[in-house]
Amino acid sequence: MRFYEFEAKQLLKKHRIPLVQSELAKTADEAAKIASDIGGPVILKPQAIAPGVATASAKEVADPAGAKAVAAELLGLDDGGRKPNGILVEARPTGEAVYSLSFTYDGTTKRPVVAASDMAGKIDDLGDTHPDRIVRRHFSALYPFSDYIAKELAKSLGLGGNDLKRMTRIVSGLARLFLDYDFADLDITSLVKLGDGNFVVLDVQADLEIEARHRQRPMLNELGFSKDDLRQVREPTEFELAGARIDEEDIRGIISPIAEFDGNIGLVIGAGGGSLTLTDAVRKHGGRPANYAAIGGNPSVDKARRLTKLVLSKPGVEKIAVMSNVVSNTRADLVARGVIKGIIELGFEPADKILIFRVPGAWEADAAKILQKYGIEYCDRTVSISEAARRAVAKAG
Amino acid sequence: MAMFIRVDVDNTVIEKTASLADKLVEVCPVKIFKLASQPNAVEVVEENVDECTLCDLCTQATPEGVRVVKLYE
Repeated sequence: MRFYEFEAKQLLKKHRIPLVQSELAKTADEAAKIASDIGGPVILKPQAIAPGVATASAKEVADPAGAKAVAAELLGLDDGGRKPNGILVEARPTGEAVYSLSFTYDGTTKRPVVAASDMAGKIDDLGDTHPDRIVRRHFSALYPFSDYIAKELAKSLGLGGNDLKRMTRIVSGLARLFLDYDFADLDITSLVKLGDGNFVVLDVQADLEIEARHRQRPMLNELGFSKDDLRQVREPTEFELAGARIDEEDIRGIISPIAEFDGNIGLVIGAGGGSLTLTDAVRKHGGRPANYAAIGGNPSVDKARRLTKLVLSKPGVEKIAVMSNVVSNTRADLVARGVIKGIIELGFEPADKILIFRVPGAWEADAAKILQKYGIEYCDRTVSISEAARRAVAKAG
Repeated sequence: MAMFIRVDVDNTVIEKTASLADKLVEVCPVKIFKLASQPNAVEVVEENVDECTLCDLCTQATPEGVRVVKLYE
């Protein structure tokens, strides 16, 4: 879940990370007033979610009059169907040096990692252009963050003396914030060393792990996130909001993420990345998915029932494909019960609505018996994901 | 109405053992049992029956007092 930059900065400020002077303006007049209060040139950053809109549209202006004119223009930008949520007006510090930091998870080592560079920018991009200018340290997600890791990182950047101490404090503070708030990514794309030797954070991008939104509800409430606000790159559709509500109202298992497409094949899919593979497989075989809805984590019968009803109620969806990778904690029989129950509650025959049921793994023998009772063939793991998708597409016609 | 599972309860068995009804309510992970109005007896919560995970905790607590039937077999 992407944070607006002003929200990320509120959080950083609360945890005493030094920041450049900034304030959120909701109107062009407010932007002019804030620019006047700050004095000198300022940066105007539209608060947007859609990829690239915020960074590509940031503009520097020389005075309050310029701030007013540019803010009016930026407030009219298209942010995936929304308007920007205000303009962040920031002082433009002149510094001796600029650094960048990035906190994320290393999928290979399965541990959090902090990367730093003595250049401004996104570490991912710098890694392509200047791999020799990046240093990294892994740390633990289980144990408290130790300052020595931050100090090693700062030392690797060539810092010493007071610079080393100041950078260590900032890196440690950000690492603890990253862990405590379940961020998936926390990027400081510009960390400026001022003329007086202090460091200030200029540009921040923060993404919360979406599955942590329940646990982090107090923090999200503090920042003003509504429960329906999933910060997708476009405004969620009614279908997606309904899916999110089903997920929210029953803690057993998950349905996330859920996205609506304009195809005709309803998908109830999941298991360990299988949902992405299955969606791709359906497309590869010429099918048009009506949705993406990853269900897993051992959902209740009721959750599977409600998801099935939601997908089958979508205009244009005649049939559903129930497919997953091999499941271990999710039970195939409970999914089968929920899917069949949902279809029957809608007044249909399960055999008329299920294109394929391929959920191999835990309790598959019971799933097969349930399906057999309703005249549906059960596909086990001998039917590959690609073959399952091919059969579903062929049956959908 | 449950479609996949049926849970039969014999309260004449359950009421013979002190706090067995409480135990049944406690052990079921999907809240299929609730205390009945009469002492030391349970009622089946019909809307939760299809959530039965077939964990057998109820039948282990009272092999003669509860029977879980898979309606798809």
